[in-house]
This record gives sequence, structure tokens and C-alpha cells, in this order.
Amino acid sequence: MALRPVRPRSDLPLAVDPSSRFLGWITALMAFLAALALAGAMLVTDMAQRWDSGLAGGLTVQVAPMPGAPVAPLDERAEAALTVLRSVPGIRSATLLGGGEIARLLEPWLGAGAADPLLPMPRLIDVVADGPVDVAALRLRLTSAAPGATLDDHAVWLADLRSFAGAIRLAALGVVVLIGAAAVMTVVFAVRTGLAIHRPVVELLHLMGATDRYVSRQFERHVVGRSLRGGGIGLLLAGGTMYGLHRASQGLRASLLPDLALQPWQWGALLLVPAGLALLALVTARWTVLRTLESMP
Amino acid sequence: MIRFENVGLRYGTEAEVLRDISFTLQPGSFHFLTGASGAGKSSLLKLMYLAHRPSRGLVTLFGRDMAMVTRRDLPELRRQIGVVFQDFALLDHLSALDNVALPLRMAGTPEADVVAHCSEILRWVGLGNHLHATPSTLSGGQKQRVAIARSVINRPRLLLADEPTGNVDDGIGMRLLYLFEELYKLGTTVVIATHNEALIRRFDHPRLHLDNGRLMVLPARGRVEARAKDARANDPGPIDQRWE
Repeated sequence: MALRPVRPRSDLPLAVDPSSRFLGWITALMAFLAALALAGAMLVTDMAQRWDSGLAGGLTVQVAPMPGAPVAPLDERAEAALTVLRSVPGIRSATLLGGGEIARLLEPWLGAGAADPLLPMPRLIDVVADGPVDVAALRLRLTSAAPGATLDDHAVWLADLRSFAGAIRLAALGVVVLIGAAAVMTVVFAVRTGLAIHRPVVELLHLMGATDRYVSRQFERHVVGRSLRGGGIGLLLAGGTMYGLHRASQGLRASLLPDLALQPWQWGALLLVPAGLALLALVTARWTVLRTLESMP
Repeated sequence: MIRFENVGLRYGTEAEVLRDISFTLQPGSFHFLTGASGAGKSSLLKLMYLAHRPSRGLVTLFGRDMAMVTRRDLPELRRQIGVVFQDFALLDHLSALDNVALPLRMAGTPEADVVAHCSEILRWVGLGNHLHATPSTLSGGQKQRVAIARSVINRPRLLLADEPTGNVDDGIGMRLLYLFEELYKLGTTVVIATHNEALIRRFDHPRLHLDNGRLMVLPARGRVEARAKDARANDPGPIDQRWE
């Protein structure tokens, strides 16, 4: 008689436990939330890096129109500001932005009408520093040379943005840690319930010579299988959500929101979520089973 | 192999169910364990298969004092003991083959050998067509044979059976006893708790007889008859015949 291939089986009927049914779904939910939190943290990190590379060492000088005031015309004041800026040590370049560029910057707020030549537009000077600049002294010199000129130091609000991004990253990390803690508690509950339900079988296995590790391996296989399956489902849902958000952000006419697309390596990093949950479940199940069995005769 | 000295066992604060039990089982011996229901047969077997520790007294198993054995040492000792439980204790979600395979898998036997050995022994006990049947589809006698196959699959040094023939007909019961007898001849120490006087008469082995928690060791019938024969030979006979 031909022998049937032996299927992987568990000596403990854990798969039919009520607690094991919800373990997979709870893991899916946790993986979904953890993946979204992780993706959010990675997007914010990307954004902060873009701000850093784009704005670090930058200053902006704005020369505002002052209709009716007894001051020189706008273009003359802008030229005076440029002269001052180019004479300051530590400033590499100072470039007057054209009307088209200013209109493009204002378009998200004012729409296509931002290019209207009748609008009293300020003059903007983009300044790149390559060394330390005494911003207070520069501000005084600019105000006296070009009345109506204001100096915007990017470093001030870049620092605010950096701390905001850091706070978001910290919050995302906190969410991931809390999800991990919830995963541990879920596995502890499921394993303890399984041990209580199957105590007679565990005792029988012990009488036949099973070690505690033999019993714990049954639980480990079970929870790791459930965690991987649930984690995979959660990751798929999170991936779909991220893709949907990316598509939705592309549809926005004004680029107020950053690009929500993840890099390939970041998708790879998200794969660590179900793997991490499974590893956490493995360690928790082993620890719980071994500790509980120690109290058995 | 097994030595009990003044062993007592009580459950909780109840009176002792076993009192002053003392006996020694030599390696490769065969004993029946008899006694009325409630006499303490199952309790004595539980002490022997290390499910309980005695309330008092000394138990020595495989040369080791059980009072000195730690929890960590128990699995290795238990793997040398095969047990046929009175209620079979089969795992309902596993097939007959997987039930029988448990001791081998616990010992880390390669899976190909596990399947081959378990199939062979199940065929031997007449269950070759039920390898993949779950216990719920088997009759009481078939379950008992699975339980017996499981108890002997890893060739234990000590085999303990609690009413192993209680649910099978006489033919199969006899066949199973011959299996135990084979293991005994191969060096396994066998203790069988039974009420079946016919089987006890058929196999000439000493008895451990429990009566109200106390144990008597009764020699094998053959030895009793031989002793009686010796006694008769040396006995000069009744005084009124001596002169005839």
C-alpha cells in the first residue's frame, strides 16, 4: 500500500482554537497600522532631507512695493539690496528672481492671475551663503539701503520644520512600539489560552517524554504561521493604501503636498513589518510557553 | 529496574491510597498487577510512569532515586517507559499513524523511519487499513491497539499497561499479550494491570496484588506448583498414611 506523504501537523490542535482565529486578523490589523506608520515616517524623513538640501544656507530678501511712500522705485531699491548683499562676507551669490518665477511661486495661492503685471508684486532675491552671516547686521544694512526690504532667514523656519519632522518620526516610532507591545500581549493571551485549553494534551505529551521545548515549538510554529499570514495581509492592505494616496496626491493641481511615492528600498523596508511581527511572536510564544510549563509538575 | 521502599501516596489531604508499598522489579521481568477496582492499581502505575511523586518513601527507577531527579531530567526517563492508558489517551485530531509516531518524533527519529516503523507496527496489530484514520472513526478495540502500538513503538525499557485487553475480544487480547511477551523476552520489563483472570492463568508470571492500598507480591503459578511439588515430595504425608 502506498504511503501518503506526511503533512506538516501539530500535536496540539491549535488551529481550531477560538483564540487562534482572531490572532491572524489582529496581526493583519497591526501590520497594516505599523506599515502605515513606518511609511509615514519614511516619507517625512525624505521630505526633511529635501528641505535640508534645498534650503540650508539660504536666505531670501523681499523688497516690497511701497506705493505713495517717499522712497526710490522698487527696481532701484532691489538693486541697492543686491549691492549690499554682494558685499557681505559669507554670501556666495544673490540672484534677483524674475517676474515669471515669482508668479510661479504664487500660483498655488493666487492661481493663473498671479502673472498679472498690474499686481503690485514684490522683488525677491535668492541668497546662497557659504559661510556664517551676521543676519542682524545684514538686516540693518538692508533696511537702510533699501527701505521696505525684509530678510527671511531660512535657518529659522527650517529648524522648526526639522523639529516638526522629528516629532512626526518619534510619533511614528511610538506607534510602531505600541503595536509591537499589543502584538506581544495578543500572543501571550493566545498562547496562555491554548495552554489552558490543551493542558491534558500537554500533560500527555510530557508523560510520553516531550520536553518543554518540544511543546513550545508547537506553539511557535502556530503563532509564526498566523503572524506571517496576517502580517502579509496587513502589508498588502497598507501597500494598497499607500498607492492610493500616491495616486490621489498626483491628482492635486497645486503641489501643496509632498510626493507620497515610496522608493523601492522603502517598499523593501516595509516587508520587515510582517517579518518583525513573526519574530516577535516567535520569541513571545517561546517565552510564554516555557515560563508557563515550568509551573507544571 | 524499579524499587519501591515504604512508598505511600495520598491525594491532597485525603487518606493514603497506597500504603507502605515495597517491591523490586528486576530488568526483563513480567508482572501482572491485580486488585479490585479502587485498590490503587492506577495510582501505582502513575507512580511508575512518573505522573506523580510519592508522598513518602523511596522510588528508584533505572537506578536513579526519583527524589533527586529534577523536572529537566524527566523527559529522558519517561522516553524509556511505554504506557498504555486505560482510556487510550489518543489525540483525536491526529491519525492513527501520527498518534503512534509521537514517541519517535519526540526522540527526533527521521521522518522516513517514523512512517515506515509506525506503518509496520500498525499492520502488525491489524490496523494496516486504518493508518490515516482518526480515533473518532475507530472502534474501542482499534483505539486500544493504536494505544498499544504507540506504547511499544520506541522499544521502551519499561512497559506499563492499564487494562490493555479490556476492550478487545479474546483473540486480539491474546495476540496483544503475545506482543508484550515478545518484548519481555527481548528484555523489556512489563507490568500489566488487569482483571482478566483467563489471561493471567494463560501466562505464567508473578503478580503484584493490591488490596486496599497495600501490596503483596505473589510468585508465578508455575513456581507455586513447583514449590508445592517440592513440598509434597518432602512431606511424609498424613500421619495415618505414614504407617500404611
